Amino acid sequence: MSLANTVYNAIVKRNSVFVPTIFVGAFAFSIGFDVGITKFWDTWNKGKQWKDIRDKYVEQA
Amino acid sequence: MLARLPAGALKNVAALRSASFNGARNIPRVRFASTSSSSSSSSAFEFLTGSRAALATATVLSVGSVAWYANLYGTLPFIGEVHANSPAEEGLHPPHYPWSHSGWLDTFDHASIRRGYQVYREVCAACHSLDRIAWRNLVGVSHTVDEVKAMAEEVEYEDGPNDQGEMFMRPGKLSDYMPAPYPNEEAARASNGGALPPDLSLIVKARHGGADYIFSLLTGYRDPPAGFEIRDGMNYNPYFPGNAISMARVLFDGLVEYEDGTPATTSQMAKDVVTFLNWAAEPEHDERKKNGLKAVILFTTLWAISIYVKRFKWSVIKSRKIVYTPPADKP
Repeated sequence: MSLANTVYNAIVKRNSVFVPTIFVGAFAFSIGFDVGITKFWDTWNKGKQWKDIRDKYVEQA
Repeated sequence: MLARLPAGALKNVAALRSASFNGARNIPRVRFASTSSSSSSSSAFEFLTGSRAALATATVLSVGSVAWYANLYGTLPFIGEVHANSPAEEGLHPPHYPWSHSGWLDTFDHASIRRGYQVYREVCAACHSLDRIAWRNLVGVSHTVDEVKAMAEEVEYEDGPNDQGEMFMRPGKLSDYMPAPYPNEEAARASNGGALPPDLSLIVKARHGGADYIFSLLTGYRDPPAGFEIRDGMNYNPYFPGNAISMARVLFDGLVEYEDGTPATTSQMAKDVVTFLNWAAEPEHDERKKNGLKAVILFTTLWAISIYVKRFKWSVIKSRKIVYTPPADKP
């Protein structure tokens, strides 16, 4: 209950805080989610993607 | 349908029935509502058999609908059939192969795409076009941009008109599409004994069995079984519908030399070129699966939240108790 009260007082009470919190939270979540999925994706498909074999073919400039 | 029958058809059927059911003529066919039997189904049956016109109509209707269905779809459901030809003659169903990209979360093996492009360029491209793939599509998929530029420049493309109004030839650019082996379909047919080598851009999507089928086709050439007549210029392949295919076997061990040292066996080349063609048909494949994973996670979470919120909001309504207090009698 005290946690809910703290959250309410810190974030929800004022709209000027509430709306920016939602926007920033959505932005941070989308980046974090994307980074997490990409990390899992690259582990799962290790050695198969172009970025894994690119080093063999790109010419050193 | 009934209107097209000759007028005497139903009468003839009725006469036939009366002739064969002569012994049963004594059964009264007319029943009144008050004397109908207790079971409704038997009375319906008796109604049908009692009136010759109704019996003939029902027979004609059922025979006609069965014949109509058989005419439309060729076969009847739940009735076994015997065929003189074997399933092989309609093309064997290919087995499922464990492609490196067949899982829900698996991307293409891009090293295989690169080898497959080499096989396509050195072998398939002699007859098959790849209309919908441009040079730029290879960049960042199987080749670096410098490699693709160098490959494109080896091909001459017609461009123009210039300021004199004339068309001219120029080396290829990244935005050019893959060069076709023949200028038009007629030239392709004339060079291949009347058979048109299909464009390979979407071939994996365009064939039943997809990648499995094309791999089986490429590796499935063999001698025809005894008694199988095959015309000159045709080749036997059990996976091809009809079993006689104009394309001869093209992949033989050691046909190409892979730059990464992979042994170029027939099946290795077939696997690589099919992976390449699968990429050509679905270039969005890797990104699609990645976005699918994200969508499943997000929508599952949102669905769970929505279920929780619904139960939370409805808990008051679901658990309320309505009490009726009757008005007290006024004295």
